[in-house]
Amino acid sequence: MDRRSQGEIVKVSGPLVVAKGMRDADMFDVVEVSEKRLIGEIIEMHGDEASVQVYEETAGLGPGESVVSRGTPLSVELGPGLIGGIFDGIQRPLDILVDMEGDRITRGAFAPALNRDKVWEFKPVKKEGDRVTGGDIIGTVPETELMEHRIMVAPGRSGILKEIKAGSFKVTDVVAVLEDDRSGRVEITLIQRWPVRIGRPYREKISPVEPLITGQRPIDTFFPVAQGGTAAVPGPFGSGKTVIQHQLAKWAQADVVVYIGCGERGNEMTDVLMEFPQLKDPKSGYPLMKRTILIANTSDMPVAAREASIYTGITIAEYFRDMGYSVSLMADSTSRWAEALREMSGRLEEMPGEEGYPAYLGSRLAGFYERAGMVHCLCGDDEERVGVLTAIGAVSPPGGDLSDPVAQSTLRIVQVFWSLDSNLAYKRHFPAINWLTSYSLYQTKIDSWINDRIAPDFSRTRLDAMTLLQEESELEEIVRLIGQDALSDMDRLKLESARSLREDFLHQNSFDDIDTYTSINKQYKMLSLVMLFYYEAQKALARSADFAAIMKLPIRADVARFKYVPEQEVDRWFEQRKEQLLAELGGLAG
Amino acid sequence: MAREYRTIEEVTGPLMLVRGVENVKFDELGEIELEDGRLRHCRVLEIEGTDALVQLFESSIGLNIERSTVRFLGHGLELGVSPDLLGRIFDGMGRPKDGGLDIIPEAMRDINGTPINPAARDYPNEFIQTGVSAIDGLNTLVRGQKLPIFSGAGLPHAQLAAQIARQSGVLNSEEDFAVVFAAMGITFEEADFFINDFRRTGAIDRSVMFINLADDPAIERIATPRMALTAAEYLAFDLDMHVLVLMTDITYYAEALREVSAARKEVPGRRGYPGYLYTDLASIYERAGRIKNRRGSITFVPILTMPDDDKTHPIPDLTGYITEGQVILSRDLHRRGIQPPIDVLPSLSRLKDKGIGEGKTRADHADTMNQLFAAYSRGKDARDLQIILGEEALIELDLIYAGFSVAFEESYVSQGFDANRSIEETLSIGWKLLSMLPANELKRVHQEYIDQYYEDTPEEVDG
Repeated sequence: MDRRSQGEIVKVSGPLVVAKGMRDADMFDVVEVSEKRLIGEIIEMHGDEASVQVYEETAGLGPGESVVSRGTPLSVELGPGLIGGIFDGIQRPLDILVDMEGDRITRGAFAPALNRDKVWEFKPVKKEGDRVTGGDIIGTVPETELMEHRIMVAPGRSGILKEIKAGSFKVTDVVAVLEDDRSGRVEITLIQRWPVRIGRPYREKISPVEPLITGQRPIDTFFPVAQGGTAAVPGPFGSGKTVIQHQLAKWAQADVVVYIGCGERGNEMTDVLMEFPQLKDPKSGYPLMKRTILIANTSDMPVAAREASIYTGITIAEYFRDMGYSVSLMADSTSRWAEALREMSGRLEEMPGEEGYPAYLGSRLAGFYERAGMVHCLCGDDEERVGVLTAIGAVSPPGGDLSDPVAQSTLRIVQVFWSLDSNLAYKRHFPAINWLTSYSLYQTKIDSWINDRIAPDFSRTRLDAMTLLQEESELEEIVRLIGQDALSDMDRLKLESARSLREDFLHQNSFDDIDTYTSINKQYKMLSLVMLFYYEAQKALARSADFAAIMKLPIRADVARFKYVPEQEVDRWFEQRKEQLLAELGGLAG
Repeated sequence: MAREYRTIEEVTGPLMLVRGVENVKFDELGEIELEDGRLRHCRVLEIEGTDALVQLFESSIGLNIERSTVRFLGHGLELGVSPDLLGRIFDGMGRPKDGGLDIIPEAMRDINGTPINPAARDYPNEFIQTGVSAIDGLNTLVRGQKLPIFSGAGLPHAQLAAQIARQSGVLNSEEDFAVVFAAMGITFEEADFFINDFRRTGAIDRSVMFINLADDPAIERIATPRMALTAAEYLAFDLDMHVLVLMTDITYYAEALREVSAARKEVPGRRGYPGYLYTDLASIYERAGRIKNRRGSITFVPILTMPDDDKTHPIPDLTGYITEGQVILSRDLHRRGIQPPIDVLPSLSRLKDKGIGEGKTRADHADTMNQLFAAYSRGKDARDLQIILGEEALIELDLIYAGFSVAFEESYVSQGFDANRSIEETLSIGWKLLSMLPANELKRVHQEYIDQYYEDTPEEVDG
């Protein structure tokens, strides 16, 4: 049945085009507008008039030009060739477009998302006559050194494999034939399509218990995010949202990273594109680009495609989750996505909610974050496969004010909140995560995991450190009123130890080769050393040792330099300094 | 010959409705001919059936809806480009304003431009020496960056911008440099200051200026920055020049945008500015940058005055989210005679990290920069305490920090608008200042640099 319908434009207002004669088209069908074949999507129907959001610049369009529906909703192509790619909001391959069209994105430019000519090695894991259902892996393709691409039966299918071949194939070649229980003979290629606005199915969700190790000290130690969790990073401009997102994309312990640059700076995407091929994965030693997919819809690119980019990204992430991988998704920034939503809503003359945002902002955001999680993947009963999708969204509230509707709607959903503080950023304390206002609701779940694997006193040490920071903020209030001289030595020790905690542990230089990534083992040892100094100095003071003498101990400089000690020397270094610390403080006269 | 319409239905503020049009496109440019033959310009904002809603660029004074005619020109607003642009002064719509002849264009360019493919961008990482310590040392500008100056009414942003233009090697370099200057809604005196400064230094021959003054039509300002950037793109990517674009004042541009939005009765965002202000500003700012395999670049320094010095006002706020940092001027420093009054703590250059260090500036640059920031910030806190509690309440180390922060402002930040410091000079001033602090306080500096540059002073702290 041909579901295409053809209408003509009656109205053009920015990215919104209204066309008549569209009665046969479905909601959210993709349409081609004018002879330039600009891509759009139907977002409203009134009788035979369809409102279309157009993903490209609409200058030069006018009434009377054609609008043709494709009869399918906005979908992405899923298959080998995604890894290492850079795509725009509607999955056009930007690197291919450079070769085709030059430095600038011309309208109506089109290239298939997955390279049609590239040949892949397909190795079956199922054989003829096997019974398979949706989600079952029938074979693998070594996509990059870091990634084995698992070819799955599309969700909803089930039947007997009639044919399956090993060998070299292009993505569109048939690698297997399925005798489907309902629709009969179905050819399986390396490529699948999936509509972006519908989450890919899974068997069931599991509650997350393992931390996603990121190598960032304030995050892993104090405010961890779980594998399959959700986190938000709100902060005013210049507070380091993007650097944190980049750091997570670089170092988070994930098999696949999907990075969505949504309405942000072009140069930031370039940065990722140029830096990631140079950076080595700490585990495997291969370039990070070999596990990364970029979705780039920069702020100067059409606003409607920005709205779609978030969905394009998360659909690709779900696809890799379904293979049984741990996928991390970074979206920078969800506020720009919400603004695109607001702009379209305004053009549709909808009744605005708060700050002009549409009333459905909250439910759309929740719908996005709920697609994250740790799941039992869809597959046959004889198999058990766990996939993980962790979603981390940046929020850019106006003026850093968290009462902004996007920030508020996000905070209602996410479990981890890294609150970025402009005052810390001004002091160049990065990452500028405010330790007093941030939180992680995963902490209790993760604690037992981390105590078992790293050190039994991990959570206790962290709690002590947190208490110390809390006490510091109270003491600072007092200092502001009566001055530091009025404090007791014990309180001054608290201030100094808290300062050491801030400067020697929480502060992390992402541009330093060693400091940029800290293993969880090193994190624990760094924290232990800082806290050990505090405990032992307290004892020394109790023996009435001289405060000034304690402050002058040479071990303090060593504590400060721990962050620059390479990973392989950490254990030895720690033991030595621990002894030195005990000796120096123990040696102080009482 | 384009069809002429005498069907103007209504004019309200900067908007005009023309009925019964045929074959008119979105964003198309139109010409309105008044009774006496004078021409005005407009552009299509919305087209519905045979009704075109257009936005006037000039004032509507003298426009008679019965007797004026409208022609649509079949294309958007364009700028004719040619190498002869250099040395010329234009008005906000790209018409010669210096009494010279019209440009004979090599090509006509749509002023809206087209977005650069992110995959074609080249990362900006070449250091630009502006000769201003607070910028070079701490908030380093790189080629292809967009770094705005956040200023306030009455602060010397014009002097600083002119200083940057003058000292960034516009004149004394072998490579091709050009300055594109766009004025939106500023006063005659301010525009005159720039023109004279460019004349005085000879930079005028390498400049293209687009001037829309405070008494010129406000809506024209919507076109002005795009005119300037179209010229800059031509110079940078067709003629391989390194272009510095100065633009002042973005605040007036945003107000013009708000005027059109209000006239269209759109749902306003914050403070009455349209919800698409971010997207609109991005379509201007993002035109800066570098492109792979092209020699030229566009470095963009827009100036905006923060209403009531409020950084959270939508214009500086949204700008800060798009640009790669900001240079913030402080009224407090200005009052104390610090010139340029750059408040280095909230200022930021996001691209500095890849533009500094060995082979670019000096290996110790990043460390000293971080240490200066941290120390200055602590010193300022100490000074605040000192004001409330008096000197006695401070411990000795805090007193040293307080002294450091004063010295930092007076010798590092303050240099006057004529001093042109080399990066070496800037770094050595930094080390002199850091040497006021005990060496074990320099936690952000690698030991090797402390050994190399730290000057031992007798003022060791006594815990």
